[in-house]
This record gives sequence, C-alpha cells and structure tokens, in this order.
Amino acid sequence: MLRYLIPLGLFLVLVVFLAIGLGRDPHEVPSPLINKAAPTFRLPQLNDPSKTFSAEDMRGKVWVLNVWASWCVSCRDEHPLLIEYAKSGAVPIYGLNWKDKREDALGWLNELGDPYVLSAADLEGRVAIDYGVYGAPETYLIDQNGVIRYKHIGPVTPDVWKDKFLPMVQELNRAGAAR
Amino acid sequence: MKRSLPLMLLLLCLVAPFTSAQVRRERPVIDDPALEQRLQKLSQELRCLVCQNETLADSRADLAEDLRDEIREQMKAGKSDKEIIAFLTQRYGQFILYRPQVTPTTYLLWFGPFVLLLAGLAVLFRYIKQRRDLIPELPLTAEERRRAEEMLRARSRKETA
Repeated sequence: MLRYLIPLGLFLVLVVFLAIGLGRDPHEVPSPLINKAAPTFRLPQLNDPSKTFSAEDMRGKVWVLNVWASWCVSCRDEHPLLIEYAKSGAVPIYGLNWKDKREDALGWLNELGDPYVLSAADLEGRVAIDYGVYGAPETYLIDQNGVIRYKHIGPVTPDVWKDKFLPMVQELNRAGAAR
Repeated sequence: MKRSLPLMLLLLCLVAPFTSAQVRRERPVIDDPALEQRLQKLSQELRCLVCQNETLADSRADLAEDLRDEIREQMKAGKSDKEIIAFLTQRYGQFILYRPQVTPTTYLLWFGPFVLLLAGLAVLFRYIKQRRDLIPELPLTAEERRRAEEMLRARSRKETA
C-alpha cells in the first residue's frame, strides 16, 4: 500500500507547487525599494515646464505616485479608475510621465481627463530607473517621511485600491496625526 | 507607370525595415570600443525586466536601451562593475541578476539541486542494499556442482589442445 502512496504523495506535492506557480504573475517583480526612502528627484512639471516638482515637496504628506505614459496601453485602462480615486479625495495622486513626448502626454490628459494634482515629466526615463520602473503603470504609496510603503505593478484595480491603498493611507494618516 | 506602382510599394516595404533599424542604431554614441566591450560583458549578466528571458545585452526593449545608456555613463564616470551591479540591484532587486547572489533567500535556489541529488543517491543506495539482502545466496546443489565442474574441465581441455 505504502508503495503506491509515496509516489502519489510526491505527485500531489508537485501539483500543489505547480498550481501556486501558475497563479503567480512572473511580471510582478518585488521591489527592493519598499520601506526605503523614495529616491529624490527634481523634474519639470508636465503642464508648465518652467516649474519643477520634487519628491521633497511632498514631505509631511501621504501621497501616491503613478507612473504613466501616453503610449502605455494598460494606463488607458487604468485612467478612468484613477480619475475616480482622485475625485474621492482620499489621497493626492501625482503623475510621473515616463518617456513620453510632452505634446502626446498633454493631448492624452486633455482627451481623457487629468486625475493628477500634477505630473512630473521624466522624458528621458532617468528618474524611472531610480524608482525601479520597468513597465507602466506602476504606482507607489509614499508616506510623510518620504518612505515608499507600497508599490503596485500594473493597473490599480478597484480591489487593490480598496484593500491595499486605502487602508494603508488611513493608517499612515492616523499615525501622522498622532505624532 | 501604373503597372510599376505595386513594384514600387513592394520595394518600399522591403527597404523600410532597414531604414528604421538604422535610425535606432544611431542612438548610442560609441566612441570607446573597450568600454563597449565591458558593457557587453556586464549586460550579458543582467536580465532585461521587460522581456524576462533575455539578457540586457540582447534586448531591444526601450528600457534595456535606457539601462545600457545608464551603465555606459556610469562606466565613463569610472564606476566599477560591482558598483554598477549594486546600483541596479538597489533599484530592481536581485531579479535583474542572471546569477543571483548567495544569500539566505537564495540558498534553496543554489543548494536545492545538490540536496535533491544527495537525497536521490541516498534512496538509490538504500534500495540497492535492500535488494541485495532480499536475494539469498543459495549454495550449489550436487547436480549443479557436477555440471559446473564438467564445463570447466571441457574448457581447460580446449585451451591446452
């Protein structure tokens, strides 16, 4: 009896491992930047290149940085959701316009609406490298001390927003208010 | 004239890929062959994160090009390969390395196969030993002994002849 149970057991273990493997998205590479200071940058603003935006400007606030581009197909899917999240006023959403052409990016926002408080223009993609961006959209949650608390790769679905971002934002705001 | 139009279009289609390839290739400024070689060698150790089974050296993804530019610039600034790898792993994690470093999280990856090999050998040896114990060594019967001796005799006769 045992003779047959051992291979069967091994087979079941293999099946479990394969099932877990199938359920994972190999494109989601865990970021080493979680709980580390958000890389500093100073970039021209998309709407007004004479003004700049820096991560330092956001000290003391909980905020979301969303990496997007007009050439990015998934960003288009994500866009109406972002507009909704921005309208709710739960947390300010800033954009990092990644390797885009200014006129394309502005046209995109004109056409689809602008959920961002403002977008920083990373036309050469240097800042994106500092943030370990490898495919838009990517979304970072940054706390009052400029520490990256969470990163989501791919469109922020309503589930992710409700289950991950909002609870963390609330907790961070509460912790910030207590201090 | 009208008949040559399709031919012209065909020619255009054939030529078009070459022109765009040339435009792309113009991008990096290659002025130092030794540095390019170093870049080539280092980027073969690095994974392109967009097309994950390609090295940074082989990939034509936009991000791979940006990363190669970044590495090129850091090399020009006198950074060592180790420093550049540290720069990249800080941002993209160990996943960017084709040969991950030996750390507690990668022990299983590095030593797992050897552990499996040893376990397999242990099972094999135990199995062989068990089987050997299962087969009893029976002494020859009188009839078998007589036949064996006859065969041996016949053989030695043949050899002396």
